Amino acid sequence: MNELIKLSAAELAAKLRAGETTSVEAVQAHLDRIAEVDGTLNAFLHVNAEEALAVAAEVDAIRAAGGAEAEALHPLAGVPIAIKDLIVTKGQPTTAASKMLEGWMSPYDATVIEKIRAAKLPMLGKTNLDEFAMGSSTEHSAYGVTRNPWDLGRIPGGSGGGSAAAVAAFEAPLALGTDTGGSIRQPGAVTGTVGVKPTYGAVSRYGAIAMASSLDQIGPVSRTVLDSALLQELIGGHDPKDSTSLPQDLEGLVAAAQTGAAGDLSGVRVGVIKELQGEGYQKGVQARFNESLELLKNAGAEIVEVSCPNFKYALGAYYLIMPSEVSSNLAKFDGVRFGQRVLPTEGPLTIERVMGATRAAGFGDEVKRRIILGTYALSAGYYDAYYGSAQKVRTLIQRDFDAAFEQADVLISPTAPTVAFELGANDNDPVAMYLNDVATIPANLAGVPGITVPGGLSEGLPVGIQFLAPAYEDARLYRAGAALETLLEKQWGHTLISQAPAIDTASIAQEA
Amino acid sequence: MSAISREDLVHLAQLAHIEMSDAELDKMTGELDAIVGAIASVSEVASSDIPATSHPIPLTNVLREDVVGQTLSIDDVLLNAPDSDSDRFKVPAILDGE
Amino acid sequence: MSNYTDELVDFDEALDRYDPVLGFEVHVELNTKTKMFSDAPNAFGDAPNTNVTPVDLGLPGVLPVVNKTAVEYSILIGLALNCQIAEKCGFARKNYFYPDTPKNFQTSQYDDPIAHDGWLDIELEDGEVFRVEIERAHMEEDAGKLTHMGGAAGRIQGADYSLVDYNRAGVPLVEIVTKPIVGAGKRAPELARAYVAAIREIVKNLGVSDAKMERGNVRCDANVSLMPKDAEKFGTRTETKNVNSLRAVEHAVRFEIERHAAVLDSGNKIVQETRHWHEDTRSTTSGRPKSDADDYRYFPEPDLVPIVTTAEWVEELRSRLPEPPADRRKRLKAEWGYADKEFRDVVNAGVLDEIEATIAAGTSAAVARKWWMGEIARLAKAAEKEIADLGVTPQTIVELNSLIEAKKINDKIARQVLEFVLAGEGSPAEIVEKRSLAVVNDDDALGKAVDDAIAAMPDVVEKIKGGKMQAIGALMGPVMKATRGQADAGRVREIVMEKLGL
Repeated sequence: MNELIKLSAAELAAKLRAGETTSVEAVQAHLDRIAEVDGTLNAFLHVNAEEALAVAAEVDAIRAAGGAEAEALHPLAGVPIAIKDLIVTKGQPTTAASKMLEGWMSPYDATVIEKIRAAKLPMLGKTNLDEFAMGSSTEHSAYGVTRNPWDLGRIPGGSGGGSAAAVAAFEAPLALGTDTGGSIRQPGAVTGTVGVKPTYGAVSRYGAIAMASSLDQIGPVSRTVLDSALLQELIGGHDPKDSTSLPQDLEGLVAAAQTGAAGDLSGVRVGVIKELQGEGYQKGVQARFNESLELLKNAGAEIVEVSCPNFKYALGAYYLIMPSEVSSNLAKFDGVRFGQRVLPTEGPLTIERVMGATRAAGFGDEVKRRIILGTYALSAGYYDAYYGSAQKVRTLIQRDFDAAFEQADVLISPTAPTVAFELGANDNDPVAMYLNDVATIPANLAGVPGITVPGGLSEGLPVGIQFLAPAYEDARLYRAGAALETLLEKQWGHTLISQAPAIDTASIAQEA
Repeated sequence: MSAISREDLVHLAQLAHIEMSDAELDKMTGELDAIVGAIASVSEVASSDIPATSHPIPLTNVLREDVVGQTLSIDDVLLNAPDSDSDRFKVPAILDGE
Repeated sequence: MSNYTDELVDFDEALDRYDPVLGFEVHVELNTKTKMFSDAPNAFGDAPNTNVTPVDLGLPGVLPVVNKTAVEYSILIGLALNCQIAEKCGFARKNYFYPDTPKNFQTSQYDDPIAHDGWLDIELEDGEVFRVEIERAHMEEDAGKLTHMGGAAGRIQGADYSLVDYNRAGVPLVEIVTKPIVGAGKRAPELARAYVAAIREIVKNLGVSDAKMERGNVRCDANVSLMPKDAEKFGTRTETKNVNSLRAVEHAVRFEIERHAAVLDSGNKIVQETRHWHEDTRSTTSGRPKSDADDYRYFPEPDLVPIVTTAEWVEELRSRLPEPPADRRKRLKAEWGYADKEFRDVVNAGVLDEIEATIAAGTSAAVARKWWMGEIARLAKAAEKEIADLGVTPQTIVELNSLIEAKKINDKIARQVLEFVLAGEGSPAEIVEKRSLAVVNDDDALGKAVDDAIAAMPDVVEKIKGGKMQAIGALMGPVMKATRGQADAGRVREIVMEKLGL
């Protein structure tokens, strides 16, 4: 394995600046890794080798020439990145892992992609996900499952299983994810990587194919807390194309990660959410969580218990609000303007029937289930009982957070109740699948930021620890997250990801 | 909460413009029932004095000045069109006159 | 789709037994530079699909951003309709599938329109005033344009396929909804026409819409129901869609009243449904019944944040309001001193602006009216044009009038000069000079002509001397002939009297 791919983004960026390596070398090393392992993992739906190498060469040329242009390069210039295939890109297909968008080429770039291009990060390609980001396992992709690098028989989490697996397997140092109910954090937890859902509006959603508009947020995926901070500072900021984009930039994220890395949390109040532990959480998960609390306490943090009594309604509210917005957001996929058009096999050829046939053939079961559920929740006579009630629960959850943040600066919980489960384990039980997001969903409902950091292993599989902070206070996540990362690595004497087993490419038949 | 009947599902599929086979309808009826059962608890706590939250972060008056920007070229407009004719999107006949 | 001819009852007979209840939904397209939620140009008549951004095509990943000017125009409309302006309002999604609607939902407003609870006084031709209550005016976006190909002449029925142009998709609309209008009786069709005309006039006067009905800038859906004279409960209504000229609005309401009466008389029930207006047959046909398809599953638009209207903002907009058309008419009528009929004729001829400008440029109200309703109206009729489109400027009228008052030309010559002005020969003064049209009021020249006439017509002179003053007219002919018609008739008369010592 080329050592370049083991570097964090910050380390690779430093080597590029110091002239110790080149971006072309770094990109090529990652492309080689993708070629080596991705037939097994299926983290990538599209590999963008040519463009990535061209951007890398451009960065190298600018650095070689020196002068003002080299000085002006973004600190992450030349560091490769993978993009969740829910984010639209010119020049590469965007599928949302759906048959519906097979072959679709966006004529425009998402705002985050414009920022990545401007900062000259070579894009390695597009990563796999549950179709339209609906799922917690990446098993609902129309283009095959992604496997967990820690155990090829297990799920990499979802919906952003592709981005998390790519980063965990050293196919990329950085990736973009999207998080609607935990789609960045839960895959981060089960793959032993770092993922952040920023405050709602901190990163522009323009160009992220909408799942549930009031919950969706783009965020960073990486192997270190500092790398996520660097990436969020790059992709964040106000965007006039997104009306829900925060008017102000969130500053000091990288600085907070650097402060936290000293491992001192004196005076920081850490609130343990009573309702997000215990019953339903695996023993090993609970054990790692308790150990982390102990470390934080030893580092000077004040551990307090907080109660969020309405969190027990969060999953129900989420599974009403999210499908409702899904049913409307996905109406545009009808075979009229773009995407696949499927003709009915019999009967008259009318546009209504073509739309019905197109959507029947283009959407997978989970997407259909959520569209139907959302259509039901919004329909006449049910709105008040379902969608209306769910919006009220949302208010209650915000109030719970407000009260909790009176007592604590950050909140803490396990990111997911279990370690990665086996592929196919929840195939016939959507409700069991939905329970994976029980700890991550409240943040989306309230719009507050959350981070997952690796918290150790249980039965040889990664456990994630989640911190939550008040809206706009993403910096607190980076401080607390970096502190825990430092404390744990000091205790272990190594990073968690270094313990991941080698990927046995022979065990899984390579896909064509 | 009332359960979703198969009849309801047929109606919902029509509203959502998704053709469904009998087998699909049968399978989904059971699944949706379980889901609705699991999420029905929300109405327990949603009393009338609680305001609804539709946007997680409360912003107001995000408005754009009335200035013309960049439009797509006709090639980009029709780039992904399943069918087109004379620079317009072509669709099969529409039954329901509106 | 019903192709049979509906039975009708004579209009007057129908309204002897039933009271009509009307309701209108008028859609006004705003003339902002860009669309409601995207910065694509809002322009009419451009090549298909050229005024579109990713937002207007509803491409995956796009987000809307509200046009501030469209919001302000909507508030202006609300204020002009005497509405309350909502302190806080938001957008909602109206979900339905249709290929002219790129997202398969329309971004609109639902339970919190930007303007609500207003009223408008509608004056009918004879001066009777009806107050129409406005329920709401809300913001939304227009759909794209479908062209049905194959089958019968552009009709949706029997078409083989349709073509979609999204240039119009996303154009800002304000939908103005009335409360039920009761008590119009036999004047219902007239009121319908006058109401839509008033809305059109208001939005044009505000400058917020081009207000051209033939272009679909103003579109009307007309709701009609009948209830028996002694009933208290409204009857079942039908909604006739897209009635797009003032004449059609009047005819459609009349037709539906006659049709409803026939259905009710026969003991049947009115089906609550959408009706389509056909200009060629001046009748409506059944569209689709209200059904499941109307479950629009409205919910708050998560991609747009609420709009809060501060008192300062609303008052600033209120200060921009022009004088309401009805108030202006009242004021001008009083200022100009026209009789009722004179003023109504001026209004109907559509030359209020022209007369006002002409008076402002320096003529009396009577002179302005004389020109615009007289010679200019005659020329317009001959040219088959609207008076306002003839190209006569107030300045031309002022100049012609001052030439007359200075006795440089007479009325007859002035009318000729106007025609030369319209032919592009220059200003009135230039034309009089170039064509030597000035009246001869040189006393020497006139005196000689009068002397010649007196000498040539002794018998006429005797009559005049005998007291038959009308006979002076007989001398006028030769004098005019001698001066090629440019003599000032009044002066000639004076000279004759002088010469004859009268």
